[in-house]
Amino acid sequence: MTTEIFRNILRFILLLLLQVLIVQNINLGPYIIMLPYVLIILMLPFETQRVALMVISFFVGISLDIFHDSSGLHASACTLMGFSRHYVLKFISPRDGYDIGVKPTVDDMGLAWYLRYAGTLILIHHFAFFYLEIFRFNEFFGTFLRVILSSIGTFLLVYLLQFLFYTGKKR
Amino acid sequence: MKNLLAFVLKHHFIFVFALLQLICIWLMQRNRGYQGSQVLNSSNAVASNIYLAAANTKEYFALKQENERLAEENTKLRNRLKSNFNIIPLTRFERHDTLYKQHYTYMSAKVVNSSVNKRRNYLTLNIGKEQGAGRDMAVMSVQGIVGYITDASSNFSSAMSLLHKDSKINCQLKNDGSYGILIWDGSDYQHCLLTDIPTHARIKKGDTVETSELSGIFPEGLFAGTVESWEQKQNESFFTVKVKLGADLKKVNHVYIIQNKYKGERDSLEKNSQKQIDD
Repeated sequence: MTTEIFRNILRFILLLLLQVLIVQNINLGPYIIMLPYVLIILMLPFETQRVALMVISFFVGISLDIFHDSSGLHASACTLMGFSRHYVLKFISPRDGYDIGVKPTVDDMGLAWYLRYAGTLILIHHFAFFYLEIFRFNEFFGTFLRVILSSIGTFLLVYLLQFLFYTGKKR
Repeated sequence: MKNLLAFVLKHHFIFVFALLQLICIWLMQRNRGYQGSQVLNSSNAVASNIYLAAANTKEYFALKQENERLAEENTKLRNRLKSNFNIIPLTRFERHDTLYKQHYTYMSAKVVNSSVNKRRNYLTLNIGKEQGAGRDMAVMSVQGIVGYITDASSNFSSAMSLLHKDSKINCQLKNDGSYGILIWDGSDYQHCLLTDIPTHARIKKGDTVETSELSGIFPEGLFAGTVESWEQKQNESFFTVKVKLGADLKKVNHVYIIQNKYKGERDSLEKNSQKQIDD
């Protein structure tokens, strides 16, 4: 349990630095803004208490806000994501629930499940993030395009990155 | 009340979510106003230090480009320096008049190289043949004569300074009118010797020594220096006058080049007539 917490904290620091120092500097035009730090929330274990998960998400968002000078923006999107993770997991859970010790990764759950899980949560996060960022609807379709393209970009990065944090436990 | 508490406890998940979102909205609201100080921003210690470290690292990787850019800029700025440009003084002060024929023309020039500490000292001037300077033109500064041009390339000319062992310039005492030859004995860059002054000449300390027209190079009456002392050496029937030079050849910077327009004509005439008489 302690190693699990330690591993999550380490992942938090690494992904935060990756987001702030590297991904933030990747410039792919105004429509693709990748936010792979959401992997911090995506990789939290299944057993995490839902309230704890939401509070963790809130603090992940706050720490991003500190770096992006966007007070509350990331926090709001992340809180929403943490809030919805509980329902998404319930919605796409296998027939007999999640096994103990299984982690929300491609290796453990398969690509199809991961696409639904991560894809939905990233879309929710990006929807909240980009619409809150612009805070108006008169650029609705432009923002929508940003949400979709950025979600694809983030998902690809998340998909690659979660192999980095793979614990090596083969079933 | 009990029911309310039970309701809150039952749906505490939703309530925590709402609370967190309210905090977020409050933060966003704070961020919008100009007056509202930002509660969270990247100027705090952790974030700014991380950004600083990243910027320093990036700077290190960009050093080469930065160096190149700076070098390029330096080159550009150096090219713009005023000192890189020679002011080409093409202003010859000429005058066309039917009553007076102009004998000498003046050009201004700048000394780009000079020496005083050798036995043969030369000055290099920044104008040459293309600008009209040529051999046997006089060089003077405002304080007094300096020398005369011995050679000219297309853009530069080299002048023999007064401080040269072969420099011989015809000069005269302004008050007395007796003339002699100004030479340099190599002792002191501020003094020259005016030789061959007849012993009957009336010399006073402080007398002006000026050029005479005998040389054919200098116009008559250009200031050369002042008399400091004079002596009659043994077995000589002439005075040797020590002249304090007017021009400080160590400081000379802007000079005038004086062209004698009829020098060639005069020289060939003198040569021909002497040849005819000699023959």
